[in-house]
Amino acid sequence: MKILVPVKRVIDYNVRVRVKADGSGVDLANVKMAMNPFDEIAVEEALRLREAGIASEVVALSAGTAACQETLRTAMALGADRAILVETEAELQPLAVARLLHAIVAREAPQLVILGKQAIDDDANQTGQMLAALLGWPQATFASKLLVANGRATVTREIDGGVETLEMPLPAVVTTDLRLNEPRYATLPNIMKAKKKPLEVFKPADLAVDVAPRLQTLGVAEPPPRHAGIRVADVAELVAKLKNEAKVI
Amino acid sequence: MAEYLAPLRDMAFVLHEIAGLGRVAQLPGCEEASADVVEAILAEAARFAGAVLSPLNRVGDRAGTRCHDGVVTMPPGFGEAYRQFIDGGWNGLGCDPAHGGQGLPGLVSAAVQEMWKSANMAFSLCSMLTLGAAEALERFGSAEQKAMFLPKLVAGSWTGTMNITEPQAGSDLGAIRCRAEPRVDGSYKLFGQKIFISYGEHDLAENIIHLVLARLPGAPEGVKGLSLLLVPKFLVEADGTLGPRNDLRCVSIEHKLGIHASPTAVMSFGDDGGATGHLVGPANAGLEAMFVMMNAARFAVGLEGLGLSERAYQQALAHAKERVQGREIGGAATAVPIVRHPDVRRMLMSMKSRVEAMRALAYFVAAAQDVATRHPDAAERQRNQACVDLMVPVVKGWFTENAVDIASLGMQVHGGMGYIEETGAAQHLRDARITTIYEGTTGIQASDLLWRKIHRDGGAALGAACARMRQTLAELEQSAGADFAAIHAAFAHGVAALEEAAAFVVAHATQDSRGVAVGAVPLLNLMGIVSGGWMMARSALAARRKSDAGNADSFLEGKIVTARFYADHVLAAAPGLAWTVTRGSPGALALGEEQF
Repeated sequence: MKILVPVKRVIDYNVRVRVKADGSGVDLANVKMAMNPFDEIAVEEALRLREAGIASEVVALSAGTAACQETLRTAMALGADRAILVETEAELQPLAVARLLHAIVAREAPQLVILGKQAIDDDANQTGQMLAALLGWPQATFASKLLVANGRATVTREIDGGVETLEMPLPAVVTTDLRLNEPRYATLPNIMKAKKKPLEVFKPADLAVDVAPRLQTLGVAEPPPRHAGIRVADVAELVAKLKNEAKVI
Repeated sequence: MAEYLAPLRDMAFVLHEIAGLGRVAQLPGCEEASADVVEAILAEAARFAGAVLSPLNRVGDRAGTRCHDGVVTMPPGFGEAYRQFIDGGWNGLGCDPAHGGQGLPGLVSAAVQEMWKSANMAFSLCSMLTLGAAEALERFGSAEQKAMFLPKLVAGSWTGTMNITEPQAGSDLGAIRCRAEPRVDGSYKLFGQKIFISYGEHDLAENIIHLVLARLPGAPEGVKGLSLLLVPKFLVEADGTLGPRNDLRCVSIEHKLGIHASPTAVMSFGDDGGATGHLVGPANAGLEAMFVMMNAARFAVGLEGLGLSERAYQQALAHAKERVQGREIGGAATAVPIVRHPDVRRMLMSMKSRVEAMRALAYFVAAAQDVATRHPDAAERQRNQACVDLMVPVVKGWFTENAVDIASLGMQVHGGMGYIEETGAAQHLRDARITTIYEGTTGIQASDLLWRKIHRDGGAALGAACARMRQTLAELEQSAGADFAAIHAAFAHGVAALEEAAAFVVAHATQDSRGVAVGAVPLLNLMGIVSGGWMMARSALAARRKSDAGNADSFLEGKIVTARFYADHVLAAAPGLAWTVTRGSPGALALGEEQF
């Protein structure tokens, strides 16, 4: 069984995000980038399935600029067998990414696509669902446990107020939540071997996919700064302020 | 307390712009060290250092190690972290692939080691000692010894130690009494006691390989009668499996000021008839082998100084941005974060600028060592080896003296809270304090620099270094702007002071050896300050070149300003040190002992 793991290159979670002066987006110049943490969990889950003998091959995939090769090398350093980059300078929105993934799935014919439930840069939480819809495959999102046996996947997923367990036939799409696993560290020998693993590059045109944005960004702004606290004299004043100023009760 | 975040941006800048990673990667055997692979290695090492080793730094300090009946228990979490460390293949990063290492250049190793030391210095010592033992075996061991021990040491599944010091033999190795008697089978029976043995006993690995300096029967007196013996904790059978326990034990571990998670053992050999040991290299040639380990260890201790300084700086900086206290001079009446106060700013810049100068000098020396080891041209190898030999005592001595001062400044930035253990600033100062002492005190480094590295060749190696500094001075002269004018002025005074001091010691070393020796440590500090200034000047020039080429990264502007701070606050002290080197002996030596 082959598993496809899409990974996204995002701003490193340690970096303080800054908005560009003209409010057109986030400033990415000279900023440290890394693999989306939810996608690291997806890679780890795929590797565990391969190590358990359930999967035979793990293919990492990314879409974006040539710099995404670095993120794919990271996936291969963790243990992915090979990688595919769909290279484009264009702004990629979730639907475009889902269409690119759809085209790659058609070529690669994996039984399972595991991807992060969302990326920590735009938090869209759409790509996995859109991909499942385009493929007409079953999907299980926000997975915190994944069992694969006899051509079926059993997925425990985190929902409001508890957990839910779903069973679905393969092929299928699974998106990962934080508690699915704890990703490993890449070993030094594997980091060095990653450079020699195959990395295939396509352009969106090779896949006959139109990636033109459907949504327009009007503006990006920093959240308002937190105001300093105040001291209230008694409970009555606190309740009055919560009711009249904060308007939360 | 914030966890350690590896300064990857500065590390990359220094690797490429100062140490010349591109040139190192062209050396025979270094082909794997391409820029992208090195970047990936550093990124993953940074993750491991920050998430696994750094959180254990405090744990190790508080819990310490325990010794009961000769069994040493490491602090909680250290066993699992060590397993992850060796499973990740990090121990053998710089080792020969023939023994299971990755064969990466020393330059890459230096950057990665810096991270281990910043994250958790006490933890990092285990690997450092293992690598030292592996290097000595690689150079001096027999083929059988290499086959039996090197793969295990490179992997880190067995660890190594360096057994040198005895109660009566500290800086004076000639006083070593530990003795080894030959057996008929070619092995030796070892008797004696060793002290201050880092990681002499612990529960991280299944076997510990002690390298012990001892005397064979009839050996000459003094350092020329020392032999190196390999003495495993568990004897190793011919097929490589572990046999019975050897006749050696950990008597106790020391209660120390710092590095509490590093077990410092008193080792007793041969209480029960003699510990089995094997001679490494020829008889009575132990000192030479020990120097191989020592040189590598001295450079590594310099990296400890750098690593601890970086960690202390990160912690002080985080506090200074967070702690609100006092109004800004000339500002509004509201309280501000203390980073706005000029004196706090000065302290932070003093820490930052010296950290960056040390990093540049350390990687520069590491790259020179790679060239000295691997370059096809013998003259090029020799030129670089001379540079390394000159700089190793400076890296060890100046870096570690800086580390104590920088960790102390870090505490100062915290104010009263810094003196409270819970804040964490105190640990860096306590941990740093040993670094100026072990592997040769600052005084020993300074006398190595003065006698072996400057006096012996009549100042030739130092003269070559000064000539290269003067090339950088000429480049500075061509660079416009107030920052570069200030850097040029201070660096010109610094180089002149170093040349004056060096000329003085070369001229007077023979006729007034005691007087010259008074100036050894000031000379070492002078050499450190000026070499650091050289590195900062080169950094500023490289930053200017990159920004002139259209790179708008604010890091580059920061580098130039930091170099200027270094020039006016650190380099400015150079002429005063030259004053002390050339005029300081009468005041130090004139009093009779009874007058003290």
